[in-house]
Parts: sequence; structure tokens; C-alpha cells
Amino acid sequence: MQPTFTWSGVAPALPEIYLAAAICVLLMVEVFFGERRRGLTGTLTLLAIAGGAALTLACAQVDARVTLFSGMYVADPLGTVLKLFAFLFLALALLYSRAYLEQRDILRGEFYVLALSALLGVFVLVSANSLLSVYIGVELLALSVYAMVAFDRTSGVAAESAMKYFVLGAIASGTLIYGMSMVYGLSGTLRLDDLAARLTEAPSLGLVLGLVFIVVAVGFKFGAVPFHMWLPDVYHGAPTAVTLFIATVPKIAYFALAFRLLAYGLGGLTGSWTQMLAVLAVLSLVVGTVIALAQTNIKRLLAYSAVANVGFLLLGFVAGTPTGYGAALYYMLAYVIVTLAGFGVVVVASRRGFEADELEHYKGFHARDPMLALSMMVVMFSTAGVPPFIGFWAKLRIIEALWETGHLWLVIIAAAASVVGLFYYLRVVKLMYFDAVPAGLPATEKRTGVRFALGLNALAVLALGVVPNPLLELCERLLG
Amino acid sequence: MHTMNENVLLAIVLLPLVAAVVAGLFGRAIGRAGAHTITIAAVGVSCALSFYVLWQVTVAGVPAFDGPAYTWLVSDGVRMQVGFLVDRLTALMMAVVTFVSLCVHVYTIGYMAEDDGYQRFFSYISLFTFAMLMLVMSNNFMQLYFGWEAVGVVSYLLIGFWYKRPTAIFANLKAFLVNRVGDFGFVLGIAGVLYYVGSLDFSDAFAAAPALAQESFHIGQHAVPALALICICLFVGAMGKSAQMPLHVWLPDSMEGPTPISALIHAATMVTAGIFMVARMSPLFEHSEVALSFVLVIGATTALFMGLLGVVNNDIKRVVAYSTLSQLGYMTVALGASAYGAAIFHLMTHAFFKALLFLAAGSVIIGMHHEQDMRRMGGLAKYMPVTAVTCWIGALALVGTPFFSGFYSKDAIIEAVGESHRWGATYAYWCVLIGVFVTALYTFRMIFLTFHGPERFRNAAHAGHADGDAQEEPDTASDHGHHGEAPHETPLVVTGPLVALAIPSLIVGFFTAGPVLFGSYFQESIRVLEGNDVLGEIAREWHGPVAFALHGLMAPTFLLALGGAATAWLFFLRSPALADGVARRLAPLRTLLVNKYYFDWFNENVIAAGARLIGRGLWKGGDQAVIDGVVVDGSAAAFDRIAAASRFRLQSGYLYSYAFWMIIGLAALLGWFLIAG
Repeated sequence: MQPTFTWSGVAPALPEIYLAAAICVLLMVEVFFGERRRGLTGTLTLLAIAGGAALTLACAQVDARVTLFSGMYVADPLGTVLKLFAFLFLALALLYSRAYLEQRDILRGEFYVLALSALLGVFVLVSANSLLSVYIGVELLALSVYAMVAFDRTSGVAAESAMKYFVLGAIASGTLIYGMSMVYGLSGTLRLDDLAARLTEAPSLGLVLGLVFIVVAVGFKFGAVPFHMWLPDVYHGAPTAVTLFIATVPKIAYFALAFRLLAYGLGGLTGSWTQMLAVLAVLSLVVGTVIALAQTNIKRLLAYSAVANVGFLLLGFVAGTPTGYGAALYYMLAYVIVTLAGFGVVVVASRRGFEADELEHYKGFHARDPMLALSMMVVMFSTAGVPPFIGFWAKLRIIEALWETGHLWLVIIAAAASVVGLFYYLRVVKLMYFDAVPAGLPATEKRTGVRFALGLNALAVLALGVVPNPLLELCERLLG
Repeated sequence: MHTMNENVLLAIVLLPLVAAVVAGLFGRAIGRAGAHTITIAAVGVSCALSFYVLWQVTVAGVPAFDGPAYTWLVSDGVRMQVGFLVDRLTALMMAVVTFVSLCVHVYTIGYMAEDDGYQRFFSYISLFTFAMLMLVMSNNFMQLYFGWEAVGVVSYLLIGFWYKRPTAIFANLKAFLVNRVGDFGFVLGIAGVLYYVGSLDFSDAFAAAPALAQESFHIGQHAVPALALICICLFVGAMGKSAQMPLHVWLPDSMEGPTPISALIHAATMVTAGIFMVARMSPLFEHSEVALSFVLVIGATTALFMGLLGVVNNDIKRVVAYSTLSQLGYMTVALGASAYGAAIFHLMTHAFFKALLFLAAGSVIIGMHHEQDMRRMGGLAKYMPVTAVTCWIGALALVGTPFFSGFYSKDAIIEAVGESHRWGATYAYWCVLIGVFVTALYTFRMIFLTFHGPERFRNAAHAGHADGDAQEEPDTASDHGHHGEAPHETPLVVTGPLVALAIPSLIVGFFTAGPVLFGSYFQESIRVLEGNDVLGEIAREWHGPVAFALHGLMAPTFLLALGGAATAWLFFLRSPALADGVARRLAPLRTLLVNKYYFDWFNENVIAAGARLIGRGLWKGGDQAVIDGVVVDGSAAAFDRIAAASRFRLQSGYLYSYAFWMIIGLAALLGWFLIAG
């Protein structure tokens, strides 16, 4: 190991270093100017994100795979692409939620600092090449998110859900590190690339047991049944702006977690963890879809829809092939783009003292705000998997990957769940377009910038479905 | 310039789409002037580029373009793509579609000036232009079907444009249902192509046509020639779209839409989609005598019997509509006689003069303050000179006066049918000959009743509004209280397009008949087998347009047309009493015609009622009892109970319960692998 510290030795990790520095600067700015100029930190955060994206692009590794810091960290094209998407998604989420935070008097710099530190957690996970850095990434992300859920200190529901999230998350972290310790003990290495090289013959029972603990933690993070209990309560209890964040950006990290840890590091145990994930995926599909039928609150509806979608996404991993991982990546990106627009509409439709979170509030939405209603309709059609929206391709790719690997039953279950899911997605459309407007609903947010971004977001859901090839090919190339 | 630029083709198609989206979604923001400026600009550029493409393929000798622009999906070896096939046939259609569309766009500024749905209307007609271009430029069945359905959708939207009027909604529904029947046949035909050829591309299907002619399709014990079946199925689609008997019933009712739409969609472009499709599929149809005979007989029947209906109608727009039906029949006859070139040529000339007649009828309706009943017009030539002159030009072209454009196309069709030896050709020949007399009769009846004779609008202005025969346009105009005022000439945005369309109606036939009909204009885009080449037979007699017209002056067709015109003059101008006498003596025939051969009665009382009866039976017995009761409601109720139960039992809200379920999950997974491993 070379003791000297060289520039080329850290250059690929510049995005993370930059982000850490930006967090410190923003904290200082908040301390000195936060009271006087409320929105300053938010604006600076968006600038910092733009700068970070440019920097990430500048030090992107086009084809190479470089490990740094004694193999703790890896820089590769997958990492770069995921980070760029994370920047984009975070910027959109923050843009949508600004007015919401302002109207509830929680537009404080700390919100942005927490969002950026969660983003740093995402980055660490995305570039993790060691069990330790995986764990650090998971914790950094989780702790920031717990604090964000409880951010509105006056809200009892938010505090309750943050508490639940924290306790259950602690259990999941426990199982994760417990499983990791067993894997480490039996393999003798923390590095994921070494693990991938060493675990080639038939696994011992100890390894499989360690794997179970790890899979439980991964399932918890994704919100897969039966480790999903936190998800509806947290989505529902958190301020909608925070729900918008936790429903989108961290999904990138969880995909990276599953891919780096299971598909890559523990690739030798593919036969075992695909079986476990298959069970979780089927349970998630069934439970998520069925319980969503009974929801009357759109945040809870989208939460159960998230559970069902996680089931779909995990099916991509169940296929256990590069095509399947590519399909899962595409599914994740598609899901996040659609969900940003979905919760974006909920956030923009909410006003001071009014949460537009009951399905009741969306009756006759078209008459109140045609543009938001149209966006929501696009979201619902896409999530339901109707062509030509992006969600159709995401589902199709997963099913293709399963078909190729001979998982006939999973294909049937996935298709059946999609059909049942159609009901509650279309019900929202029916409410918006065919029901009468209830009295006494306030007007929606009219700021042009936000609506423009949201419109582009919804348009992307359509455009990426009409022209699916660029993104599909990107996902295939990254993982193929 | 030796190849066609793909970007030019894309621009031609996409500009109207972009304009439609902008005018449709942001209509309120850009206002009326914004909406018509952007759509007219887009269609104008599209039109100019289409003429450029036409110039490329005809004058500059650029080879035809056939290639994919964008592949959407490859499934099981079948490519679903957007692709263009631009040869001389397509280029001609593109020029006609965009030119007529442009005229209609300009005309609409005047016609719809007082309507609330101004932006919506411009958005629809631009969208229609896009869909129609997609249809004609397609190089595969998938896109053809897309364009086919898309023009249909816009057509339904526009028939029902005044959606507060019950008759418009009824007409809209009728058009939709009748076209379902046709489209079902069409999609079966496409399925047949896919089944036998394994590809949706035209080039593959055409290459396989000779082999396909040998195949047969087995229904039980019976073997049916596969190609005939495919072609007839495809033609059933054309019958729906191009309103051939018995699927013609929707077209007269479609006149409920605004007049520009009648001109653009229901006369000049969309209804000719079926004609175009069969011409495009000529390599398939040529190999099936059975299918061509079927086409011939259907077309001939439509040409004669729909023309007769024009004689008894009093609504000026409906007369033109029945005339359209009859002329579509002529085109279909030409297809059936393997004279595809003549069909397309008549399609082109008809697009100009029929759009002209419709817009002139619209101009009359505006000038008469939204009066459509010809019995309350008369003598309008004095008040509306431009409209009267242009309408005369359209009428002379329609009846086939030598030197006018309609003469060249219609005479070519009649002679081609005369040359044909196909089964049914004799019947078709007599139908189209008598059709000439009928055409002249209803056309000049309309001209005389509208523009000449006594002025009947003053005394009868208020009288007839309650009799339900006149279709009053339902906008604010009827409340204006203009009734009884003198008619007036319409503004320049209305008369301008009339003049623009009158010029090609006059001369286009004279200059293009030689190359298009008898020359090698279509080259490879239309294929005719050696023995079927009726146009080639006539070509030997062709000594230039002047000789053809002079010969036409002495031909029986012209005499028949003269006879029709004379009859119209006698009955409707000279001595109307005589007409009443004849009508009384032919009362049963008249009743048959006024009731439109009882097609609507049959559809409503037999087909619709029967369908409702069967539907009710299935609904009560099958659906409510079995499917709803057990399958749908039963399973939904079960889901509902499970959902409601699990929502409160599992998702209790208690932290310990959540943690407990996590541990259970962990233990179950552990146990499973301990036991299994």
C-alpha cells in the first residue's frame, strides 16, 4: 500500500468530496444568513447540485473501473450515471417542494443540508466496493431521512412515523451488519470484488444464513413485504415534500445496494438470494396491489403502489441475469421519474393549511386544474403499465427477462397483479375527469417555474415511452 | 439532389402535429389569431414541402423513398415501425391533401369566425392533416392502420363538433359504429397478411403476392382462396372509410359537422383513403379476380343508386354529400376494373371540384344566414357572383363537361369499364353510364334551385324552420335575426379558397391527364397485370387532351349529361309544375328514394334492435348472473374483504406489531433455508 497521497488517487471520488464540502459551506451560510434570507440556502443548494453534476460529468470514468482508498470505493460508468440521475431527481424534488415548505414555515436551511447529506449517503452506496462502505452509505442515508421525516416539529403524525421508521430501521441495520459479519467471517474479506472472486463454489450453510440477514435488510430498505410495514405509515405521516424525496432519490441507493452487494459481491450465491427475493417479490406484488384497493388517501395509495412496484423491480433481480439487472435498473429509473411527477402533483396541489392527500380532493380535478390533472393521468397510466408510457416498457422488460430465464409462474403473477392494479390507477383518473368538484377546495399552486418543470416531467414520462430506446440501451450497456 | 431527405418527410408530417398540439393545449393562451396563424403556417410549409417532393419524384427524377424512420418495437421478428414509402402515388396524394387542407384552413377563418370552439377546430383540422399524411406516407400496415384510425377519430370529433346538438351526437355515433364494421374487416385483412407473409411491410407483402395467390384458407371443409379473402377483408375497411354501399349510411349524416369539415374530410381527403389504400395494394388485388369483381359491383351500385338520392334531397349540403358518395362509387368502379390510375386521377380532380362545391355550399349557407334548404333559396347569382361562378365551374367539372378536369377522369373511368371483361363489368358499365345522366340532373337541380329562378327566400324565410328538414347550424347566427334580409357575398377569406380551388378544377385535368392516365406516371407504385391493363387499351386512342375532349363532345356520355342538364332545366327552372306531376306519378319510387332505400330503417330496426335484444339476453343471463355475480363482483368482494381486513389487522399502526412481522419474515426465511439447505 502506498503511503503517499496523490491527486490521481482521489480524483475519481471528487463528486463525494465536493458534496461533503458543499454541505459544510451551506451549513455556514445558514448560520450566518439563514434568519434574514429564508430561501437563500435552497437556491444555493440547487446551484450546488448543478455544479456537482457538472463535476461528476467532468471526472466520469468512461469505460474504466477504478478502485480507490484501499478498495473501499469504486468509480465506474454505472456509478457515474446513477449519480447524475440522483442529482437530477433531487433537483426536481427540491424544486417541487419549495412552495410547500414555505407555506408551512419549515423552509429552513437544515432541510436542504439534510437532503444533501442523504444524497452523499446515496453516492457512497453507489460507489461502494466494500461491506463497510455499503454500511456507511446505508446509515448516512437512513439517518438523514429519519431527521427529514420528523422535520415538521409541530406535527405529531410526522414525529410518530419518524419514530417507527427509526426503530424499525435500527433493526434492519442490525440484521444487515450481522449478516455482513457472518459473510466476512466465512470469506475473510470485506472487499466486494474479492468476495465475487472467492465465492465460486457451492456456498456453506453459514454463508447462506448470513445472506438471509442481508436480504432481510435489503428487503426492508426497498419496502418489500413482509418488511414493508414502515412504508405506508412513513409516506403518509411525513410532510408531503419529504415523502416526495424519500419515495424517489433513495431508490437509486437501494438499487445500488442490491446490485453491488447481492448481484456483484455475492454473485456466487445468486442461486440462493434469487429464491429469497422471489418470495419477497411475489408477496410484495400481491399484498401491495390488494391493499392499495382499499385506500382512500392518495399518499397511502402511492405507498402501496410503491410496495407493488418494488415487487416488480425485485423480479428483475430474480431473473439473475445481466438482462434482468438492466431491466431492474430501467424499472427503477422509470419508477422514480413517474413518482416524482405523481407526488409532485400532490405537493403542488397542497396549500397552506390544506393537504391535498385524500382521494376526495381529486374529484373533478380536471375542472380545477387541467394541467395538473393531465400530469396525474399520465402518472397513473404509466404506473398501470399502459403503452406508450414509460411504465409499459419497464414492466415489459422485467417480464421479458423473466420469460428468458423460464420463470413462467412469476410472469403470470406479475401480469395478474398489473391487471388488478389497473383498477385503482384508473379509479384516480375516473375521479379526476368524471366526478363533480366538491366545494371548498383551495386553488392550486400557480408558480410558473414549478408547473413548467412538472409539465416537462410528465412529458418525459410520455416521451421516454414513445422513444424508449436510448434509455433502454443505456441500461443494457451499463449492466449487460 | 438525387435522394429524398428524410428530414423533409418528417417535417411534412410533424409540422401539422406540432401546430395541432399547440393550438389544442395552449389555445386559450395564444388566442384566436395565434391559433389560426400557427396552424396555417405549419400546413402551409407542409404543403410547400409536399409540392417540392412531388417535383422531386416527377421532374427531378429522384427515386422513390422506402425506409424506416423509427422502429418502435420488434416482437417475435415482426417489426412495428414508423416508415415512409414516398413514390409518385404518395407524392400526388400528399400534394392534394396538404393543398386542400390549406384552403380549408384559410376558409375556416371566415366560416367559424363566430364560433366558441375556434381554436379547438383549428387544432382538429391540423391533427387531421397529420393523420392523413401518416396514412398516405406509410410503408407498412401498422402505420397505415394507425393513420386509418387516427383520421377516423378526428372525423368523429369533428362530426360531433357541436356536441350540444343531439343530431350531431347521433351522427357522430353512427359514423363511429359503421366504421367499426369496416375497420373490423380491415384489421382482419391485415391479420391475414401477417399470418401468411409474416411481415407488416408493404414491400414484403407485395413480393409475396404471386405465391399467396396459390394459397387457400380452410374454413371447416371449405377451401377459400387466401388472397381473395385478404383483399375482400381489406376492401371492407375501404367500404367503411370510403362509404360504399351498404356501409355508406354514415356519410350523409356526417354533414352535421361544420362545412369546412365536410369539404376537407368527408369529400376531398379522408373518404378517399379507401380508394388510395386499394390502389396502394394493387399488387395484391391484381392477383385476385374475385376480389376485383366484388369491388367492381359494389362501386357500380354505389355510383348509380347514391346519385339518385341526390335528386330528391332539398338540403344543399346533403345533395353534395350524395354526389360525393356517387363519385366515390366511380372511383371504386375504376379500381375494380384494374384502372387504378384512373381511380387516383379521379380522386385528385374530385378532391378539387368537390371541395370547391362544398365550400361554395358553405359560402351560400353563410350568405343565407345559415339557411340550408334549397327550396328557400333561388336567384342568388345576383347577390353572390363569385360564389355562383365558382360553383358553376365545380358543377361543370362534376358532370364531366369536356375540357374541365372532371371530364378527363370520369370519361377515362367509363371507357375503362367498357374495356374490362371482368365478371360484373357489363352491369358496372350500365350503372356508370346512367350515373352520368343522374349526376347532371341533381347537379343542375342544385345550381338552378340555388342560384337561378325566382327569389324564394324573402317570403318563406321564417316559414320552414319548424319542419325539421333543414339542418340549421347551431351557433349564435340563428339568433341574430338576419332572417329575411338580403343575402350577401361572403368575405375574402371565404371566396379566396373558392377561387384557389376553381382554378385546378378547371385546368388540372387538361394538363395532367396525359401522363397520369396514359403515360408512365405511376411507374412501379401501381402494378397491373398484362391481361388487365384496360388503361393501356384506351391509351392507344389517346391523341392529346384536346382531341380527347373534342371526341368527348360527340360521345354518348356527354349527350347523357346534356340530357340530365336539360331535364333539370325543364323541371326546376322552366316549369316546376311539371316536376310535381312527374313526382306524383312516380310516387312509390319517390318514397323509396326519400327513405334512402330504407337502409337507416333496416339498420335501426333490424340490426340495432337485434343487437340490443341479443345484448340484453347476454347481459341479464351471462353477464349479470355469471360474470358480474361470480367472477367480477365475487372476486372483487373477496379482494375487498381481504384488503379491508389486512388494512387494519396487519397495518395496525403499532410499532411492536411491525417489528414482530419483520422478525417472523426473517425467521421464516431462515427456517426455510435451514430445512432446505
